[in-house]
Amino acid sequence: MSTAPAVVKDDSEVTRTIDDIRPDSWWHIPATTTVLGLLALVLFGLRGIPGADSVYALAREGDLNPFGIVPESITVPSMAASIVLSVLALLASGALWALQARVARPSARVRVTLIVVFAVAWVLAFMTWVISERTLGVATLLQGTLALAVPLAFGALSGVLSERAGVINIAIEGQLLFGAFGAALVGSIAGSVWVGLLAAPVMALVMGAMLALFAVGYRVQQIIVGVVLNVLAIGITSFFFGTVMRDNPGRFNSPLRLPTLRIPVLADIPVIGRVLFEQNILVYLMWIVVAGLTVALFRTRWGLRVRAVGEHPRAADTVGIAVNRTRWINVMLGSAVAGLGGATLTIGTGVAFGEEMSAGKGYIALAAMILGRYHPIGALLAALTFAFADSLQLRLGTMTAAEGGVAIPGDFLLMLPYVVALFAVAGVVGRVRVPAADGVPYVKQ
Amino acid sequence: MTAVADPENSGSAPGVGAGGADTPPPPEQQAENRLSRTLQKIARGDTLVVVMSFVFAFIVGSVLIVISDDEVRETLGYFFARPSDAFTAIWQSVSQAYEAMFRGAVFDGPGFSRVAQDLREAGGSGTYVLLPALAAGLRPLTETLTVATPLIIAAAGMAVSFRAGLFNIGGTGQLIVGSMAAGYIGFSWNLPIVVHLLVALLAGLLAGAVWGGFAGFLKARFGANEVISTIMLNWIATYLLFFALKTAAFTGANQSQPTSPSVADTAVLPHLLGSGFRLHAGLILAAGSAVFLWWLMSRSTLGFQFRAVGSNPRAAQVAGISPARTSFLVLAVAGALVGLAGAVHVLGTEKRLTEGVAGSIGFDAITVALLGRSGPVGIVLAGLLFAGLSTGGRFMETNQGVPLDLVQVIQVLVVLFIAAPPLVRTLIGLRRIDHPGAGARVRRAKAASSRGVGSVSAPVGATGVAGGASTGASTAGGEGGSGKAGPPSADDDPSAARAPDPAPPAAPDPDLDPETPGPAEGENPAGEKGETR
Repeated sequence: MSTAPAVVKDDSEVTRTIDDIRPDSWWHIPATTTVLGLLALVLFGLRGIPGADSVYALAREGDLNPFGIVPESITVPSMAASIVLSVLALLASGALWALQARVARPSARVRVTLIVVFAVAWVLAFMTWVISERTLGVATLLQGTLALAVPLAFGALSGVLSERAGVINIAIEGQLLFGAFGAALVGSIAGSVWVGLLAAPVMALVMGAMLALFAVGYRVQQIIVGVVLNVLAIGITSFFFGTVMRDNPGRFNSPLRLPTLRIPVLADIPVIGRVLFEQNILVYLMWIVVAGLTVALFRTRWGLRVRAVGEHPRAADTVGIAVNRTRWINVMLGSAVAGLGGATLTIGTGVAFGEEMSAGKGYIALAAMILGRYHPIGALLAALTFAFADSLQLRLGTMTAAEGGVAIPGDFLLMLPYVVALFAVAGVVGRVRVPAADGVPYVKQ
Repeated sequence: MTAVADPENSGSAPGVGAGGADTPPPPEQQAENRLSRTLQKIARGDTLVVVMSFVFAFIVGSVLIVISDDEVRETLGYFFARPSDAFTAIWQSVSQAYEAMFRGAVFDGPGFSRVAQDLREAGGSGTYVLLPALAAGLRPLTETLTVATPLIIAAAGMAVSFRAGLFNIGGTGQLIVGSMAAGYIGFSWNLPIVVHLLVALLAGLLAGAVWGGFAGFLKARFGANEVISTIMLNWIATYLLFFALKTAAFTGANQSQPTSPSVADTAVLPHLLGSGFRLHAGLILAAGSAVFLWWLMSRSTLGFQFRAVGSNPRAAQVAGISPARTSFLVLAVAGALVGLAGAVHVLGTEKRLTEGVAGSIGFDAITVALLGRSGPVGIVLAGLLFAGLSTGGRFMETNQGVPLDLVQVIQVLVVLFIAAPPLVRTLIGLRRIDHPGAGARVRRAKAASSRGVGSVSAPVGATGVAGGASTGASTAGGEGGSGKAGPPSADDDPSAARAPDPAPPAAPDPDLDPETPGPAEGENPAGEKGETR
């Protein structure tokens, strides 16, 4: 009987040990950035289109723009600007080399700052090159970024909620899908988009309950449960999509859309006004949930208990915290949050439900959560990063149809968010500390 | 049942291989023991759980069919006026759907009798009628085998990674690059007959190895979580395929359609039953890959290292096995097998590349490997079963209008139910058997965790072995091998002492028996010991 804790312990150590043996030297980061920087210099800069201009559209007519402080657009010569930006990126990577040579384990802050500088310069160089001879609406790009970040952020928050309590949540994908399905189905039946918005988290709770039942209740390997539940979610939703919804789309699957809530005056601020204050309720809700969860997890008794359950369930149990009940509650809360993210996919964007419409967003949300170091704000920032890649992809996808300039195959653009996520989990930001009891079922002694 | 069986067993526990008793009981008692133990095992054991898992999965499937059936919904509208109508409609929709599924997967009865009747009317008799009729009747079965072929090979790849404690979710990506490489060589190179096929297969295998190995490299070098990186690589491979099918190199003359030219005849896997059936020589490769899985995991040094790292990376590292290097190799080998599956699929079944060439094989292979508990025979059986379900499901879709997705739901539910035996036992009201005496809770917990995970998560097995050394009662946690083989016999290697050895040379491989997998067999002797104390 005394071996029960050992069962619990060893199960978690597979990933951890492999993570621990990662070498201290981190030459791969400056090396990668240098290669990428040189690539940018040659491809975007030196081999760009000579004489072409890139236009970034900023302010719009009717904006609150006294004396035209914010120009309507910025026009730069594509080649020159790309070269300057690439050199800036290379400088950042040079700084990384210098840092790497001096300290084996630099403070994460310095390193991340340098990487961010590099990334911003690199992406700007890329964008300037790609939009040669064309105009890119900055506000539209950022507005899209925020909208696309909502499902990822809600999904990542679902992950934060359950993994902080020690339950691995691979089933985010299924929760998103169920949320999207519930919003479309119930919203259509009721004929009200607001009912759909309420139905989404309730429907996702089904997924959450199943995850909790198998992972917490029956202690089945949590990664397996998650993967299998995702397949189940695809199966069930596709089944109903192929039967009930297809037979009578008007009644069961009509494209509803949450109204855009425009906050007067504030929405008239050039560029960011439209981005921040002209969105649907889910976007505002996302800010509230991120802020609320940050406070709740790190500033309240409840949060302390949740984290205790995720780090050291036995200790938590000893002081009287009901470990498995906490996990149940957190998994359910998480799935409800992810359900809101799912609602974004259907009623948030005004499209009808489609088969497998989550398209791997749940897994990207998972990557965002890890990249965000299991912190709500980090998760939000990571979600915004991935969403930016997605939004850029969408904008460029529509632009490459135009005449002239640079053409990138659409499939490579579609790949972009996944490539960014792959880079991100490959440790661009260094080691991530996982809650100690994450994925470890708790057996009361 | 248990109450009767336990006192008899407690004296001498010859066990289902528990290491042998000191004094064998008289033959008739032994027979009686075996019977009671069998009954006991059926009651608390895995056979019942497996059977009931299928029953429950099909019941849920029936509910879905009923909900989605228009006729049923119509009759439910006037349910209280004439309930019999509703019940008839329900019975009809469900029974017809499952009948179609069987007809499409195993034996086409109507097809059999139609051909037989035609031939008899034409004046035939004897084998002249029987053989063609049988051929028509068994056609669905050959289809099932065809579908099972890549599924089994890919599941073998998945099993390698699962047994090494790595969750390779990248089946789709590895399958796609495998089929791309094999297909490209198949339709664009000109090589002699046998060489062409071999080169194409090898290309698929290598491409899969590279794709899987890349995720392994990211894990080994940068600690990237393999679950996420393999999934991202799935999408990258998918879009790579979409892109390739727009280039001249892959579409050939037919540029407007996103399909490749057909694979050259020299690179096609030969048909096994003549050109009338799709069944091809890939089936032999599927059998071969199951054997390879067995050899790799239970006979080779590399497989031993895989399992050691899967059980306890720290101990493996102490023993001089590098977990980083191993995780790279594991994913490369797994990717190679999945890539081979893609090659076989495109060279044998599909014969050309399309955007949906991989289908859902990549994800199905995961469930097959889980259901087969990552053992060779288990995978073959599970692969055949899932293939049967999906060929049957396809027939059901065209014949009865029930979407194929139903099959996916059933498959997944089976896996979920089997992963949680206590749930199944609760559902059939056998819960009390779980805790007849003291210490039952711990045992149940162990059984739950070890069974739930099966051989997928070797770490649990590892602790089972470690615990087995100290308490004996915890052998239930092992893969079953610990209960049988006693302490692992591999020298004084510290990692060997902790690694589970599921296949001791003399004992029957627990993985070879999917109906009663290791944990169940280990559970009995452990339970008895626990109670005698």
